[in-house]
Amino acid sequence: MSGIYNWMYYIASGGLILIGLYIVLVKTNLIKIVIGLNFIDTGINILLICIGYVRGRTAPIFSRPGISPANVVDPVPQALVLTAIVIGVAVLALALSIVIKVYQHNKTLNVTKIKGLKW
Amino acid sequence: MRRIVSIIILIIIAVGFIFAFSKIPFGKDKINVANYYIKKGIKQTGAVNIVTSVVLNYRGFDTLGEVTVLFIAAVGLGAVLFVERKIQKNMDDKEDKTKRASLILRTGSRLLFPLILLFGAYIFVHGHLTPGGGFQGGAIIASGFLLMYLAFPKQRINKKTSGLAESLSGLIFVGIGLLGLVFSGYFLTNFLPKGIPNTLFSAGIIPIIYIAIGFKVGFELTGIIDDLLERSR
Repeated sequence: MSGIYNWMYYIASGGLILIGLYIVLVKTNLIKIVIGLNFIDTGINILLICIGYVRGRTAPIFSRPGISPANVVDPVPQALVLTAIVIGVAVLALALSIVIKVYQHNKTLNVTKIKGLKW
Repeated sequence: MRRIVSIIILIIIAVGFIFAFSKIPFGKDKINVANYYIKKGIKQTGAVNIVTSVVLNYRGFDTLGEVTVLFIAAVGLGAVLFVERKIQKNMDDKEDKTKRASLILRTGSRLLFPLILLFGAYIFVHGHLTPGGGFQGGAIIASGFLLMYLAFPKQRINKKTSGLAESLSGLIFVGIGLLGLVFSGYFLTNFLPKGIPNTLFSAGIIPIIYIAIGFKVGFELTGIIDDLLERSR
């Protein structure tokens, strides 16, 4: 049981990334592809946070007494993910705006039906 | 056919994942670089929140780059949707139907909007003391504006003022970095006095930069919402 508990977070984040990749590879609707990209984004964020986690320790904020440098988790992945979340939102909005333009130009969201994509 | 090929590719990636992550134990102490930040962070930066001191002091230049990425994404969204806006203006006169939100939404959002703004401001002013900071506070402020857009679909923010606030806060970030270059010889150095840790007026330049980032992220995300809504009218 503890074996599964050890790998639970890796399995969840890796599963999110794989689900996102599956959506990107198989689905033909552009909105679904953008949602798949967002799945990959979320999975990578969770993966980074889990790698930095140390069991039994707390957040690296020394605002309360009793927190010593020996019992905090790794602050660097948290700092990376903090900015990556906001950037993910902005990039998602940019992708959706491009999808809007593609829909207006081609009157369809199906990737296989859009002419002029083949080279 | 495509499904089978992609499932095979995913299985190969998953096997690679398993091999890579079986070597990384979960929950074990593997802090290497960050030990320096954890042990010396409070003395060197004055911020009790080590994540904040990493984001804005040790890796402040990275954060400037990330803010630039956010800015470019917002500008790109405006540029992609720009041509639409003029066509939509003419369409607006034809359909004069005013869709109004329900009474509960209008009253509730009017009541909640200042509180949401206050909460966002609290989050980014206390970024060096508590969990939170400019990015999170800015996102909360943008969510308050989104609530107002849902309740009053006809009203718009003043694009000029919000753009002015956004660019001013970006300039403050860069200007503080350049001041560090003038006073201490390095870009984005913490040149102000550190103060007593765990008080509001501590940590030198960190709260000032986080306030600037809060305004910038808040108005940028609000601008993104505004652009997307204007398109759908």
